[in-house]
This record gives sequence, structure tokens and C-alpha cells, in this order.
Amino acid sequence: MSTQELVIPAPREIHTQPRTSDKVFRGVVTAGGLSSLVILGLIALFLGYRGFEILRQEGFHFITSSDWSISTDDAGNVLESHFGLAAMLAGTILCSAIAVVIALPISVFSALFLNFYAPAWLKRILVTIIDMMAAFPSILFGIWGFLVLMPSVEYWAKLLHRYLGFIPIFDMQVPVFSRSPFVAGVVLAIMIIPIITSVSREIFSQAPLDRIQAAYALGATRWAMIKAVVIPHGRSGVIGGAMLGLGRAMGETVAVFTVLNIVFQVNWQMLLGAGGNVASLIILKFGDASPYEIKALMAAGLILFLLTLVVNAIANLIVKTTGKSGR
Amino acid sequence: MTMSHESENQEMQTSVKPSSLASVASGHAPKTPGTSVLGTGLETRGVHAWFGKHHALSNISLDFAAGTVTALIGPSGCGKSTFIRTINRMHEFIPGAAMAGEVLLDGKDVYAPGTDVTKIRLQIGMVFQKPNPFPSMSIGENVLSGLKLAQLKVDNKDDLLEECLERAGLWNEVKDRLGAHGGSLSGGQQQRLCIARALAVRPQVLLMDEPCSALDPGSTLRIEETIRHLSETMTIIIVTHNMQQAARVSDYTAFFLSDGGPGQMIEVAPTSEIFSRPQDTRTENYVTGRFG
Repeated sequence: MSTQELVIPAPREIHTQPRTSDKVFRGVVTAGGLSSLVILGLIALFLGYRGFEILRQEGFHFITSSDWSISTDDAGNVLESHFGLAAMLAGTILCSAIAVVIALPISVFSALFLNFYAPAWLKRILVTIIDMMAAFPSILFGIWGFLVLMPSVEYWAKLLHRYLGFIPIFDMQVPVFSRSPFVAGVVLAIMIIPIITSVSREIFSQAPLDRIQAAYALGATRWAMIKAVVIPHGRSGVIGGAMLGLGRAMGETVAVFTVLNIVFQVNWQMLLGAGGNVASLIILKFGDASPYEIKALMAAGLILFLLTLVVNAIANLIVKTTGKSGR
Repeated sequence: MTMSHESENQEMQTSVKPSSLASVASGHAPKTPGTSVLGTGLETRGVHAWFGKHHALSNISLDFAAGTVTALIGPSGCGKSTFIRTINRMHEFIPGAAMAGEVLLDGKDVYAPGTDVTKIRLQIGMVFQKPNPFPSMSIGENVLSGLKLAQLKVDNKDDLLEECLERAGLWNEVKDRLGAHGGSLSGGQQQRLCIARALAVRPQVLLMDEPCSALDPGSTLRIEETIRHLSETMTIIIVTHNMQQAARVSDYTAFFLSDGGPGQMIEVAPTSEIFSRPQDTRTENYVTGRFG
């Protein structure tokens, strides 16, 4: 027997000396990665700096009240002002929620069709058209929505009101069906369908081939295979795509401004012709705003910015908690 | 699927080789061919396969008697995997893939017009080279996934689950954690899980495409035991690059070779003959390790 005891050494410190080329590349990608963070931070700082006065003056009323008024004397001095975003925030959430609810199923089914059912020639054509839709200027969507879509959407709105009116959001007291959040939501849905479709198509096409074959080899029909393999695999990606679409819908300005009747009153009745969103408020007031009112608009921008951040954070959380199971 | 379809298909057939395995089996039959429960077995007649313009497989006619294990051996790229994928109609999933000839299961052509391809795949199960359990499902759900995918009903799922895992030689290792994810198993266990999954829909024929090529020797041994055991109740066709494995598990061995052109079947015989007295010098060269 050996009397000598084994001395367990401390773990060694491991050093690596990266090559110069590696250091240079690391610098380049770090700069690229940080630049988006810096730009975002600077925008937030700018909005905060410009809007700080209004935010301090209004406090919580800025997001809970729905009054937007400013009175000045002849010399342009502000006598009294009230700024409240509640109606616009409600409109932002309502319109973008309607858009996602309509766009998500259409996009997922389109993506499934393109990946698993469409013949190759049709797929090529449709993918091109959908990509073009994503690049289509939003003002054209707005005008088209106003002139073409609104009359037919009104018809659907009336149907919804008649048969689902007992549900609060489909209810309305005053029969004003045009220029409603519902119409704006439909226009936004059409705008975000290409984004969600494109992200979903990408993630569905990455569904592992060996699992797809396993399902088919077990006697699965195509739809059964999609339910067992493709959808569990793609779930988190589709949610990510929906959140991208939601972000676009919340920030959309021109299309909403064209379609919607901007009214400073909180309105959750999606069929009623009253509403607005934060971005359309900014474009409505920006043109002839006094320097003082500009500050209020900057504060509104900051609130929209924060709302978008919160929504994205929630989306990330959802993707993280549901993402593992499908892979 | 009617008789008229079959006769039509036979007329279209250019060359129908007399099935070689049947005559060999009647002479040497190392194992009694199966009972009626197993069906009457599987035959291929003059099967060709193409990928686009590339002719991958030429004129394969083989009989697989019910309840036997047949090993397909040959160098890479000789069309063994392509051949078994034509049997359960997985070949047609590859864009541009085409085939000719007939695959007869209990005398009925699986390519006959009007055939429900999902039913064919229930009767002819498949185990792939790489273990591919469904990652979103638990071990138990994986085994029973075929029932869900094909919308089959069974009376007692727990019994079926235990039976399939038992037959695949996995029950003792997983019986306490049936709710765990399939991905938490080792590679060999995952492959046996995939075998259990294939068994749950009660196929008549089981195709195995190099089922042990990604596994360690211990797991390989377990799976070979499983194959021997399963052959009592089903017809098994196994593609393998491991000639010892072919010798250990199979009743018959078919040697495939491609001489630059499409893959062809050179020789089929009871396994002991292929390894002791091959008829063709190319087979002899391959099984003695002179090439391939």
C-alpha cells in the first residue's frame, strides 16, 4: 500500500491568445451588434429628454386621461394644456390586436400551403407576390382600405354586430360603422400577413426531415404529420413572427391615419367609428404643433416606444417558455 | 383495388423475373415460412427506381417469405435504401423520384390506383438509420404516436404500450419514466423506442434501414436480439453495411451492387450460403472483404 496520498491539484487556468485576424473580426461584429443598442438608446434618450417636461407635468394622467387640448393667448403663450393618451393607447392595442387575430391564422395556413401543398411553380409565384406585399407602401394600403375595403368591411361589421352584439367588443350604441378600429384592423392585418407568412414559412421549412418521414412511415396523413411534427417545431417561430407583425401594426401610422376616425375618447367597441392610435395622433398634430405641443408628442412617442418594448419582451418570454418542447 | 388493376399492371410490366428467393426457400428453408397471421409475405417484381433522370435501381425481383429476416448488403450507393423505400412508398416523397414494377403485399400491388398509401405504411413499418423519436412527445406518447397519426383506436393503450416496449427490448429501462421526453434516452434506447413505435400499429412487414449504424456495440447487440425475436411474428427486411450483422440476424441475404450504372441485385440465397458458397465472384469478393 502506498502511504503517499494523491494530491488533487487546483484546476488550471486556461488562456487562449486569439490571432490578430480574429481580434479584428471580433471588433467588427461587436461594433455591429452594439450599434443597434446605441441607436435605440439614443432615440429613447432623445424622446425622454424632449418629453420629460410634459410627463412630469401630467404624471399618470398622461396615459389614463383622454383629453388633448391646448389653449394659448394671442402671443402664443400657453395658458392651459391637457394631454392624455388613453384613447390612443386603447386604439393602438385594439387595432393591432384585431390585425394579429385576423392575420395569424391566414398567415399560418398560407405558410403551410406554400410548404406542403402548393406545386413548385405556384409556390414560386406566391412567394414573390407575398414578398412584394411586404414592401408595398403603407399609404397605398391606407387609401385602398379607405376607398375599396371599407364598404365591404362595413357589411361584415354589421353582420358581426347583429349576431355577436351581445359580446361587449362587438356591441355599439351609435350605428356608425365606417372608419372604425375594425376597418383599421383589417387593413393592418393585410399589411402584416406577408411578415407573419414569411417567418412561418421559413420556420416550417426547417422542420426536421427525419421526423417528417417518421410520421409518414407510421401511416400519417399529411395533415396528421403537420400537427405532430411541423406545428410543434414551428410554434415558437410563429409566435415570434406574430410579434414582429404586432410591432409593425402598433407602430403603423399612415394607413391607420387614412382609415380611422381619430376621436379622443377611449373606445373598445371595435365596430364603432371612433378611435386612433398613438402614431396617427403624432402625425395628426405634428404639422401645426407649437414647440410646446411638440414636447407632448415626443412624450407620446416615448410611451409608444415603451409599449412596443414591453410587447416584445412578453413575446420573447413566450418564445422562451414554449420554444424548447418542439425541437 | 381490384383484380383488373393488377392484371393491367402486369401487362405493363416489361420483365418479370421468376422469383429467385421462393425456389431457394423451398429447397433450403432455414426457417418455416409464416402462418396466415403473418400474411403471405411480400414480393417485388421488376422494381426500377429513378431520381429525376438518374436511374438508381434496376429490375429488382425478390420474394420475402412471411416470418423471415432478409438482409440487404452491398457497398454504399448501390440502391439498397432506395429499394426498401419503394416497398412502403416512401420513395415518392423525394422530388423527381419515380419507380416502375410492382410491390405485392399479400398479392396486392401497393402501387395500384386507388390504394390508400397511409394503410400501406401501417402494414409495412419502417425504422430509419438515425433514431428519430418525436421530440415534443414523451416516451409513452412516442410509442403510441402511430395510433394517433393514423387515427386508430385500441382498447387498452397501457397493455399495448408495455407489449411494444417489451418486444423492442426497452421496457425494463423505461418503465419508470414513461412520461420523460424521448430525447432524454441514449441513442440505442432511442432506436429501440423507434422500433417500439413502429410495432404499435402492428405491421406485417418491418423495414429497417441500417438501424444500428449510429449505435455502439452493446445497443447493436440488443437490437439484433430484438430482430430475432420479432421475426417470429413479422417479416423483416434489414439494410446493413455490417456483414457480421447480416450473418447473425438474417435467414436470407441479398447482395446489391452498382457497376457505375443503376444498382442491381446480384445474388440472393440463404444467409449461410451467401457467406460460405456465393455463386457470383462479385459477391464472394464483397463478403470476403476484397472490396466495398
